Amino acid sequence: MGDVYLDLVGSGVGAKLAERLGLPRPVPLKRHRTGDPLLSGPALVLGDGPDADHVATLLNGDWDLDVHRHATPEVRYAAVVLVLTGVTHPTDLAGPVLEAGATLRSLLPHARVLTVSRPALDSDAPAVAAARQGVDGLLRSLAKELRSGATGNGVVVADGVAVTAPSAVAALRFFLSRRSAFVDGQLLDVSSQAGALPADWDEPLAGRVAVVTGAARGIGATVADVLARDGATVVAVDVPAAGQQLAAVANRVRGTALQLDVTAPDAGERILAHALARHGSLHVMVHNAGITRDKLLANMTPDRWEPVVAVNVAAQLAINEALLTSGDFTDAPRIVATASTSGIAGNRGQTNYAASKGGVIGAVRATAPLLVPFGGTANAVAPGFIETEMTARIPALTRQVARRLNSLQQGGQSVDVAEAVAFLASPAAGGIIGRTLRVCGQNMVGR
Amino acid sequence: MARTTTAARPRPAYVLGGNRTPFARAGGPYARASNLDLLTAALDGLVARYGLQGETIGQVAGGAVLKHSRDFNLTREAVLGSPLSPHTPATDTQEACATGVETVVSLANKIRLGQLDSAIAAGVDSASDAPIVVGDRLRSALLAANRAKNAGGRLAALAKVRPKDLAPVAPRPDEPRTGLSMGEHQAITTAQWGIAREAQDELALGSHRKLAAAWDAGFFDDLVTGYAGLARDGVLRADTSLEKLAALPPVFGTRLDAPATMTAGNSTPLSDGASSVLLGSAQWAAAHDLTPLAAVVDAQVAAVDFVRGGEGLLMAPVYAVPRLLARHGLTLDDFALIEIHEAFASTVLATLAAWESDEFGRERLGLPGAFGAVPRERLNVRGSSLAAGHPFAATGGRIVATTAKALHQLKAEQGGTPRALVSVCAAGGLGIAAILEAA
Repeated sequence: MGDVYLDLVGSGVGAKLAERLGLPRPVPLKRHRTGDPLLSGPALVLGDGPDADHVATLLNGDWDLDVHRHATPEVRYAAVVLVLTGVTHPTDLAGPVLEAGATLRSLLPHARVLTVSRPALDSDAPAVAAARQGVDGLLRSLAKELRSGATGNGVVVADGVAVTAPSAVAALRFFLSRRSAFVDGQLLDVSSQAGALPADWDEPLAGRVAVVTGAARGIGATVADVLARDGATVVAVDVPAAGQQLAAVANRVRGTALQLDVTAPDAGERILAHALARHGSLHVMVHNAGITRDKLLANMTPDRWEPVVAVNVAAQLAINEALLTSGDFTDAPRIVATASTSGIAGNRGQTNYAASKGGVIGAVRATAPLLVPFGGTANAVAPGFIETEMTARIPALTRQVARRLNSLQQGGQSVDVAEAVAFLASPAAGGIIGRTLRVCGQNMVGR
Repeated sequence: MARTTTAARPRPAYVLGGNRTPFARAGGPYARASNLDLLTAALDGLVARYGLQGETIGQVAGGAVLKHSRDFNLTREAVLGSPLSPHTPATDTQEACATGVETVVSLANKIRLGQLDSAIAAGVDSASDAPIVVGDRLRSALLAANRAKNAGGRLAALAKVRPKDLAPVAPRPDEPRTGLSMGEHQAITTAQWGIAREAQDELALGSHRKLAAAWDAGFFDDLVTGYAGLARDGVLRADTSLEKLAALPPVFGTRLDAPATMTAGNSTPLSDGASSVLLGSAQWAAAHDLTPLAAVVDAQVAAVDFVRGGEGLLMAPVYAVPRLLARHGLTLDDFALIEIHEAFASTVLATLAAWESDEFGRERLGLPGAFGAVPRERLNVRGSSLAAGHPFAATGGRIVATTAKALHQLKAEQGGTPRALVSVCAAGGLGIAAILEAA
């Protein structure tokens, strides 16, 4: 699953050649390792008003970062945070945005540029809505300018919700950290004050019991690894035929293996019974199990359509229903489902897959409000091109092209999806309600 | 501080769960897996199912019937290769095909006496990876050469080797005292009891159908972990039929006077696989959030004189079971489930016939009449070795774990305290029977 091109242009002749020819020059992304500092250099917090002060205090006071409030020439920043919650007219953007722009050429590699803003609503004054929506376009374009593994993302905090709300703080930290290495050009909504910050940012899932379906291999196995690393007790679920790999994953993460077909009518009951009997509770349900049966719709057959919908979305709905009606999924519960950029932008030959993955996006949007009374939520991640056994089967040339079609000019790794899942599974994410977070390196297609 | 002796009275020992590999036909998907690989896989799956990583289990005991001498610490090596704590003691056990049940019973007894709080009974066999042995003449020449003090002595010793001495000797479960294979022995018993070919084929068909139905119902989802690409028992033929079975030629008893009735379809094939059973006290189970499935109540071993005594090689359980039941004042009617290991279909049928015989009951069992009849709907209800396969030392673990789960389910569905009887015959005229009781 190696990316030969990425290695080739990384140094020496390959690097020079790519530069001369104007070819893409992706750099290997840096991923999170427990114990690493949050940033490798100073952070610049731009913007006026109390929200910018709050963010500066958070970064400087709570997280012990070297924070500047105005750009100092010659300083190379590891992060630039644009706090734009107070903008009321598009002309308000110029000051902070241009100041940020002046730092971009000298950003440290793998830097982070973040916006913090408010959502544009139909009820806003037109100028306010214009200013707020302007942040959206600004951020997405800015992210496309960044190089050397730097990313740009935004936190959109609902009116009436403090920028220091747990989910806003957790989202800021996620986007600043290397946990979000392959998340780029995304704006994530924080809708409420719900959620609780962890006692230890290295173990944000301490004391939580999480079920991961499709955990025997690929992204699911990595999700199990990352949730366990973050402190969760993991129940690894996969079909009995994948039992050997599943056992290896369960043993690696010191969790338990549950052999189960997620499409079984009693799957939800069995998952819950196992989690309660063996681990005393169930807090996090990660719906990762998924299959593909690609075919042009013109050639589609029921045996290629139906299993995809059954596994990828119908099983999730049935399991969620069982959990919701059980009365045992009420301790700040989290559902995190795997969608796909195919379900957002579409993909030729994947009508069945895209229908199922679009379904996932709709399902979490409608399921999240049902969990809110318990301090719960449901969200999805939408992976773009991720280097897995599944994408390794794509023909070589198609694969090479698919990898470059994003701002980071490379495929993501399983761990990039897993980090996003772990973030949405954390108690801190309670204010992120029914959203789909793309993990796609800012793929050129879709939002 | 007052001194107390541990467990002045025995306490119950429970089956808490189990795990096995799917069983494979010898030379099939596990052809390249060793006994150690398979046994470790069975433990890996058990540890994963019950979250026992890093756990110090009181004792793991297990073994193989076909075992190379280099595997003198087979079970300990499997423990060291598993995620269990390396402080977990391990013991190798061997009692031919009774190894599995004997191991369960020995460990359960230690738990009952308070010597252990937890244990894993395991068993493995690989007919594919059977050790090859050199002939006795070559062996003594090699040993002599090894003893020799100089090159000349070594050459002299090796010069005695003749080409025919180089032929390897593969171990076979033949009886050393009679030179007959197990199948030929059973053919004699089959003829003695006049067990018809059709009855044997029907029993084999039932075994395949019941095992397939259990797989289809997901019964084995928490008893088996796939291995080497195999997700179900490789011997299982869900689509077999009486016609297909009837078409198979007899393979045993072809030189007897009676018609030969034993075929590859109604005899167990050589198989590869491993099993494990998790055992513990009620306290240990509670401390680990595990649910007891069934108690191991009691067991009885027996042996028959198949060399000169005129009894069939595989008939020892026929004697063990009445002794065991007498000790508890029970009859066959007191058991909701009866598991009789299907070494051959005719072994099961000869066992049933002997128990139903007044003459046998009076003359051999010392009873007033027939011992009793086994209600067929309670016999091997989820299939047995004819369909699952029979990796010798792994069969006991398969039967005990399957039966314990079935008992637990029965109790949940019907209440009461259903019991199961387990009976396994073995080479050497050995047999073992055990009683399990739903928890």
